[in-house]
Amino acid sequence: MNTLIVGGGKLVYFLSRTFSSKGYGVTIINRDKAECVWLARQLKATVVYGDGSDPRILEEAHADGVDTLLAVTPHDEDNLAICQLAKLRFGVPRTLALVNDPDNEDVFRQLGVTTAFSTTRLLSNLIEQKAAFEDITSLAPLADGKVNITEVVLPDDSPVVRRSLMDIGLPPDSLVAGLIRGERPIIPRGVTTLEAGDRLIVITLPANHGRVLRMLTGDTA
Amino acid sequence: MTARKGLFIVVVGCGRLGSYLANKLSNDGASVVAVDNDEKAFEALTAEYSGFRIEGDATEFAVLKQARMDKADIVIGATHDDNVNMMIAQVAQKVFHVPKVIVRVVEARRVELCQALGIECVCPTTIGSDMVLRSLEEAPRVPGDGGQP
Repeated sequence: MNTLIVGGGKLVYFLSRTFSSKGYGVTIINRDKAECVWLARQLKATVVYGDGSDPRILEEAHADGVDTLLAVTPHDEDNLAICQLAKLRFGVPRTLALVNDPDNEDVFRQLGVTTAFSTTRLLSNLIEQKAAFEDITSLAPLADGKVNITEVVLPDDSPVVRRSLMDIGLPPDSLVAGLIRGERPIIPRGVTTLEAGDRLIVITLPANHGRVLRMLTGDTA
Repeated sequence: MTARKGLFIVVVGCGRLGSYLANKLSNDGASVVAVDNDEKAFEALTAEYSGFRIEGDATEFAVLKQARMDKADIVIGATHDDNVNMMIAQVAQKVFHVPKVIVRVVEARRVELCQALGIECVCPTTIGSDMVLRSLEEAPRVPGDGGQP
């Protein structure tokens, strides 16, 4: 896979190191000359000096042969212009933009950016989840966070312990897809009775995510 | 009074172009909101300017909402940054469904992208150079000495 990263700082440095170690081709566009020299010395990547929202610079970086472009400059407007230019002019199939304003995540998707992600949103999601439920691990957000897969360990005082799945009345659009009791994986049915210490694999939508997790853990926070 | 009387117009960027337009449109009877991230920029608005001033970064969605872009008849992007203007234009068109959106793009190389994105843009660079070239064509050709001293 060929990747093109536009931006600077440690983020770009560590991203390209990670991608190189996975065997991806990496090209970096950076508008600071001194940083370009440093990056070129430190990394195996090709480094192009210039403004990534300038079509000539993207051409110089061979954007037309790239599978994925990441725009991670500190400016939302530049990241948008870079992704759109890459997609429309150079036919890059997958574009990712960092957004500072979390509201721009939705806006960018409407404007054709494949994936827009906000550090603010990611961090605040992590903090909220960790602060409320210590026994909960978010396994994977699917479809840009439209579906959550979460692992929940049932505490001793959980209100659903010793009750069957069909009795606890999980809301629509939620599912206990699997559970692990000790070492034994179980695909539960309605009659399966839950026990303290069970690790549940729960599928939820963002709208009912919090409610489902509170029902299972009994945490009213 | 002109046809612009009664229209609601958001002007983003209150520099030379933005403030000139905001003053003129306000005098024409439009209700105008001027947006700039530097409060000092509003000093360019005249005493007769009767519109609103909003200090904020136009790439922040909440600022555009605060400017009531959802109610705008016209949005003008006149910041000094082409990419900001292009982003505002698209948000105005695709998210707020503003019927008329026009922005300034200084860099001639970006005009093509604007067209691909369906953004109406005015490029002072190409306009200025076209006018200069036209003026040169109209000028009487006086044979010179080829710049030799």
